[in-house]
Amino acid sequence: MGAEWERVCPVDDLEVERGVTALVHGQAIAIFRTHDDEIHALGNYDPFARASVLARGIVGTRAGVPFVASPMHKHAFDLRTGRCLDDETHSVPVYDVVVEDGVVLVGRRKQAVA
Amino acid sequence: MRHTRSTLVVVGHGMVGHRFVQAAIERGLTETHDIVVIGAERRPAYDRVALTSFFAAESADELSLLPEGAYDDPRVTLVLDAEVTEIDRAGRAITYVSPAPGNVTEPLTNPGRVETIAYDALVLATGAAPFVPPVEGRDKDGCFVYRTIEDLEAIRTASGSATSGIVIGGGLLGLEAANALVQLGLETHVVEMAPRLMPVQLDGSGGATLVRHIEKLGVRVHAGVLTEAITGDEAVTGLRVRPAGTEEGAETTTVDAQVVVFSAGIRPRDAIARECGLDLAERGGVLVDEQCRTSDPHIFAIGECAAPGGRMYGLVAPGYAMAEVVVDALREGPGTFTGADMSTKLKLLGVDVASFGDAFATTPDALELVYSDAVAGVYKKLVVAESEDGTFRLLGGILVGDASAYGVLRPLVASGIALPANPEELILPASRGGVELGMPDEAQVCSCNDVTKAQIVHAVAEDGCETVADVKKCTRAGSTCGSCVPLVKNIIEEHFAAVGKVVDKGLCEHFRLTRQELFDVVAVHGYRRFDDIVEAHGTGRGCDVCKPVIASILASQFNGHVLDTDNRQLQDTNDAYLANIQRNGTYSVVPRIPGGEITPDKLIVIGEVARDFNLYTKITGGQRIDLFGARMEELPAIWRRLVDAGFESGHAYGKSLRTVKSCVGSTWCRFGVQDSVALAIALELRYRGLRSPHKLKGGVSGCARECAEARSKDFGIIATEKGWNLYVGGNGGAVPVHARLLAGDLDTDTLISYLDRYLMYYIRTADRLQRTAGWVDSLEGGLDRVREVVVEDSLGLGAELEAEMARHVGSYFDEWKATLEDPAKLSRFVSFVNAPDTPDPAISFTEERGQIKPADSEGPVVLGATIPVGAPDAARVS
Repeated sequence: MGAEWERVCPVDDLEVERGVTALVHGQAIAIFRTHDDEIHALGNYDPFARASVLARGIVGTRAGVPFVASPMHKHAFDLRTGRCLDDETHSVPVYDVVVEDGVVLVGRRKQAVA
Repeated sequence: MRHTRSTLVVVGHGMVGHRFVQAAIERGLTETHDIVVIGAERRPAYDRVALTSFFAAESADELSLLPEGAYDDPRVTLVLDAEVTEIDRAGRAITYVSPAPGNVTEPLTNPGRVETIAYDALVLATGAAPFVPPVEGRDKDGCFVYRTIEDLEAIRTASGSATSGIVIGGGLLGLEAANALVQLGLETHVVEMAPRLMPVQLDGSGGATLVRHIEKLGVRVHAGVLTEAITGDEAVTGLRVRPAGTEEGAETTTVDAQVVVFSAGIRPRDAIARECGLDLAERGGVLVDEQCRTSDPHIFAIGECAAPGGRMYGLVAPGYAMAEVVVDALREGPGTFTGADMSTKLKLLGVDVASFGDAFATTPDALELVYSDAVAGVYKKLVVAESEDGTFRLLGGILVGDASAYGVLRPLVASGIALPANPEELILPASRGGVELGMPDEAQVCSCNDVTKAQIVHAVAEDGCETVADVKKCTRAGSTCGSCVPLVKNIIEEHFAAVGKVVDKGLCEHFRLTRQELFDVVAVHGYRRFDDIVEAHGTGRGCDVCKPVIASILASQFNGHVLDTDNRQLQDTNDAYLANIQRNGTYSVVPRIPGGEITPDKLIVIGEVARDFNLYTKITGGQRIDLFGARMEELPAIWRRLVDAGFESGHAYGKSLRTVKSCVGSTWCRFGVQDSVALAIALELRYRGLRSPHKLKGGVSGCARECAEARSKDFGIIATEKGWNLYVGGNGGAVPVHARLLAGDLDTDTLISYLDRYLMYYIRTADRLQRTAGWVDSLEGGLDRVREVVVEDSLGLGAELEAEMARHVGSYFDEWKATLEDPAKLSRFVSFVNAPDTPDPAISFTEERGQIKPADSEGPVVLGATIPVGAPDAARVS
């Protein structure tokens, strides 16, 4: 793994469906572990409320899509793509994430999915 | 064609006169007519049907049908306290004098104002006057009638020094009057000449059932007796009666009383019509045709003063119908009044009574079906007739003790449709009956406002109505007496079922159940974990709608810590960190200050904490102090200081009890009659931490001045000389609602038991995010239903609800204190999981008026310089 991957925390520290905020590459990143043990990393900044809060939202599914609801005004963001499910003109960045030796690593920002 | 405006004069501003003016405005009559309304009473029209509730009302304004005192339409002039003394039919003018002589109690210094108004059309809506039979002694001090707010005020004054009272007349109005005397704390007697109560509406068995009910309430019923005389010198001391049918000189008995209320019927107020030579009906009342026109084509009469076809109608619904007919006639429309449904459904002294159609089976070959349960105090009778095809039609019926079937049965009479093969099922307990019977479109559903099934279906199908409340607004159905509301609901549901529209009452895509159903599911199965509930009763992994609901239900039932392992991922924004999130992602902190009472030392602690953590400080509307701008990771340190000083969580963040606001009460206030602060503190401590469908607020005022604004709360308590009045279902906010009286003059123990039941019933049955006001309205029967369950314990749930509350009270703990004691719970109060000592750089403040305020955010903040990592700044890649 190159220097662009940053170790965040042991995967066991991530509770299912309850986010944490990490500081990665100087950015506030929201990290979530879903019920099916997928791990997702998103920018923590809610573009609607203009506050760094997404990790504190409720995690669930909407028509099968895993999402987090911002704690501010409940805008839903797809955990896999960062796309806002309520307003397609908005999205938040998503980041590569892997688990290595029981540790969560966050990498580069993913390119937007067309 | 001339375009001069006409003048329409309305004499009388009671319920019917008012309805006439409303209809005239609504239907455009004021485009061509100026309307002058002359009312004899000093106040504008008020709800006389609800007169008994006057004693419970805060002020007479609550009964008012025109609280603003004037109509919005400038072409309508309302003259009050004025009596029409002459109708000049030839000159088409009326003369009135003001003040009305009947209102004058002191000698006048001047003779008053006399005015004459010319009319093009005249509407008489002078109503009726109570009939006082010519009983010896009827003028003594302590004799009253029961018709106006002034009558009630006089009765209340006299009751202050009385111990017992008698109502003469056991009809509908007489029992209303008896209810008033009971409310005033008098030992109450009802004297009726007929052998049973409500002889016009009930048969012998129905009357007997009613007597058993109301004697349980302490009312003594003397049926089948004649009133001989009212005893006493100047003031009433009692009533002498003898059995009906005996001669004078027969043995008499005397009932002691200091108050006597005559309620022996009403007589049309037709004197002014008589004087100007209009034709009257044989038994009184202004004779009118089907358009409600009198023998003078320019004069109409409506309501209780009118006698269409020679018959007088003493109910409000026919009066309303007549008002509409006259508006129609003035617009040259075809409307006619050919008689009215005299069906009655009401609650008398807490007992449901209904009588409809041919209740006495006078139709030839009518058959009676009777269900009677003397133990439960229920009597139901259907009168049916067999048709030629062998099916049965409903002609009428009587319901006492349980009138829930009325809404379904009454329209069946008018529609004439065939009953099911076993019509008795309609009155057996637990019967639903109703729309399965295929009620025809033209069947009248709401008799008060003449709304048919077709109109309701139209409102649902075409006008987008989805709920009873929508239909009420749109058609007026169910907005007067409310008895047809269950039927309206059935019709809406039937329509949606017929068109295949699923009215989804489920919480969200994960649960088809309502909050109430989920509450029951949790209670029955004893679930403690979201995963178990969603696996057994839902789909998917939940969302921000259902998770907090389940968290709240679990907290209501088990009162565990909201941050316990199984629940913390379910908690809504604020519960998740036990604080209120603010616009920049910081939190505000509200320690509990029960009843708003705080010692100087504790006040200083709050000040010191605010100063040391640099928090913006503001006094809340709930008599406590809100500290803003705390970073999430600071919350434990702030609470450590507060808990050490004896503070507890104020639950400002929860859908739970917030505050019980109080005025200073009798301890200090020279007007106070009870210790409102002590009660507010006791209630706030009792219900603190109680999770509920929405936030809950309470208030306690120490006297009727209501300085605590208790009636803007979910529960409000106002002190009386005798105890406490309990009001429920109020709120402030965007749609303010005044709480309404649930029960009056309660001692503290009874008050608390009613509150326990009320709150638990709400928690069990309300919808998600439904405040108590909306919840009360959503119940079938509304506030009456709450009263049945809470006060009368009609479901037998009282003890269970109280036990649930007792369990809550016994298991209360301060969740902030518990959090501070648990490292697992504290572990999430960090800014960054991998940099717990770095404060979130997205949060910054500026200053205003000497305190902090959030700085506006320009976008995500990058701490590139302080974290040495090799990767390019990902956020700037795109």
